[in-house]
Amino acid sequence: MYHKEKSIQIKNSASALYNNLSVLRIAPRSLTYFTVVHANVVNMVSASWDGLNYSHRQLQSKEPNVATSTSLIMQAAWCVLPSRDLLVLTSQKGIQMYESDGSIMVYWHALDTPETPTAQAVFARGIAAVREKYICVGVSSGAMLVFDIPTKGSNITLAEVLEEHKESITDMASECSGSLECIADLVSADDAGNLCVWKSGEEFQLLNKIPGFDMCCSSVKLWKGTVVAGYGTGQIRLYEAVTGILHAEVSAHARWIYSLDIAPFSGLLLSAAEDSLVRVWHLTQTPETNSVEIAHMYNECVTDTQICGAKFCDGDGYAFAVTGYDLSEIIRYTQT
Amino acid sequence: MSMRTLPLVFINLGGEMLYILDQRLRAHNTSEDNSDKVMNDIVGTMFSKAFMDELLKPQQLYSHRTLKTVLTRLAHASIMRLNPASMDRLYELMVMAFKHQVLLCPRPKDLLLISYNHLDTVREFVKDTPAAVNQVDETHRRIIETYGLLSEGELQLLRQTLLIFFQDMHVRVSLFLKDKVQNPNGRFALPASGPVPHGIEVPGLIRMFNSKGREVKRCEFPTGGSYSSSIRQGSFELHGDRVVRLGRNMYSVCHPEETHTSKPPSTDDSPNLLAKEELNLLARLMGCMKVENVQRSGTGFRINLFSTDKEEEEAGASGADDSMFGVINIQAMQDVQASTELARIAGEFADLPENPSGSKGDDLLAMMDDL
Repeated sequence: MYHKEKSIQIKNSASALYNNLSVLRIAPRSLTYFTVVHANVVNMVSASWDGLNYSHRQLQSKEPNVATSTSLIMQAAWCVLPSRDLLVLTSQKGIQMYESDGSIMVYWHALDTPETPTAQAVFARGIAAVREKYICVGVSSGAMLVFDIPTKGSNITLAEVLEEHKESITDMASECSGSLECIADLVSADDAGNLCVWKSGEEFQLLNKIPGFDMCCSSVKLWKGTVVAGYGTGQIRLYEAVTGILHAEVSAHARWIYSLDIAPFSGLLLSAAEDSLVRVWHLTQTPETNSVEIAHMYNECVTDTQICGAKFCDGDGYAFAVTGYDLSEIIRYTQT
Repeated sequence: MSMRTLPLVFINLGGEMLYILDQRLRAHNTSEDNSDKVMNDIVGTMFSKAFMDELLKPQQLYSHRTLKTVLTRLAHASIMRLNPASMDRLYELMVMAFKHQVLLCPRPKDLLLISYNHLDTVREFVKDTPAAVNQVDETHRRIIETYGLLSEGELQLLRQTLLIFFQDMHVRVSLFLKDKVQNPNGRFALPASGPVPHGIEVPGLIRMFNSKGREVKRCEFPTGGSYSSSIRQGSFELHGDRVVRLGRNMYSVCHPEETHTSKPPSTDDSPNLLAKEELNLLARLMGCMKVENVQRSGTGFRINLFSTDKEEEEAGASGADDSMFGVINIQAMQDVQASTELARIAGEFADLPENPSGSKGDDLLAMMDDL
């Protein structure tokens, strides 16, 4: 179904972090941007579609005007809003937002770090753009920060802090089908596998809470009202977001799942884990019976690699890209 | 990232160090008295309450340089002496072994079983010295207490922190290459077969449910691997069958093992000054340890990690003798100066043979003057 293409070399190897690959497709300029986190640096590559031009940029997690402080970065992801795209970095010290090409930092939010370190680690992790004007970021305490994003400029403000989760946030995802009929806008996941389903607005509303079973949910997606969640047990579960009804459970991987992605136009699902495997699935919804089915399509083994990031490069799932721990390349696959 | 990595780092790296030293002492035909003394002295220092107290405080994982310094000091808590080149290679071996264990660790929780494997073997090394056994047991109990309640998510964060620490290290270890555990390019082999970790299902099944929660359909999919069901879980108690084999002594059969360096050490040799917190940690850890006064007792001996004395000398260059004198100078300073912890460490750094690439010791001294 897919064959391997030429890999993109990156300046540093990828760190073993959940969801460690973000992709932004810029059709008007025939470019695709990729970001991969390496310790305290984000490697950004812009690749032209003809495969001839690559340019690299590195970003560090740094407080503005403080020369010596860098900290480990947990995640980097693009947030696509109707008016603008922003690149968000979450680290041990705080949250940074850049213009989509990484050229200018437009916002810095510092996390409350205690004077003497406590046993509980402090960091931000979990990034999602929601509806027209919000970016949500998760924190290790379980809190979720909701930022209000203006159509342009740097007048970004913290609108709300949601405190529903008690464990560290692992990942967040907004409804990606583009459908306006879906009631649920956002799903958040934590270290205990608990999932919260939200509706956005002036005040975010909690629609549903789906309990985990003390097993970390490392990656989550929301598509046509269905939550797709990947767990440390290697399982994938499909839930109806608003009701919490379990549609399907897949024993998908033999090790911890690190990344999930959905191609919204085709319903293809990508799962990647520490067991060196990337699997492609197909989701089908039958509105009449209110059921969602999942079928297996394809496997790809990246030998001797613990995969930490896997994303489709386009909305149909025609191509996908993969990163692995200690690997200094982004491996790409396209449909045959 | 995780604030609880240090205790596990020292138990596992320290454990690996003891495995290698034990093997080299036997290969060297060292007398049983000397061997026992070396092992007991190092274990006694590493598992002392003061040292463990410092490690158990929540803090970041610092640089390779700091760790190597503390581990060198630990080794020198005995009557044995290692020159810097030997210490470098010892450190590479220790770190690559631990990297392998952390990478292949089946579940994050099994990091504890790997640590307990190290503790079990160390306990065996000092079994004839009840005081040392007590210290190991006490440390073991504290580890069980501290880490027993962490969730899988928190333990995975700890593991991820360790993996960042080991990133980009691909030193080839001949024992690993021989056993096909490591590929010729230095990367570890990850098997796609065998039992799944405890608590994980064998991949291959899709189950679908109706809105009432009843399973309505089941189908299988091709997995591309050959996994079998998990075996029993290992014991997390003070004693017991750990089941997980990672962390056991792989040197227990006598091979004289050497390391081959694939490329020069990359990361930590930059001339940046140690951050202040890192230096403070170093001071506190060093303060918990005493260096044996080798010159006075006259029982010190050198140990080879290379195959011949000639190689040892070549690799050590002018280092070997200087480090002997370094020990004496430190003791002298201690007697003469009732100085702060930092000043004492400054003295040690000044006395260690310098890297041809730069005078890191001088930078540190200069920085300490400014503090």
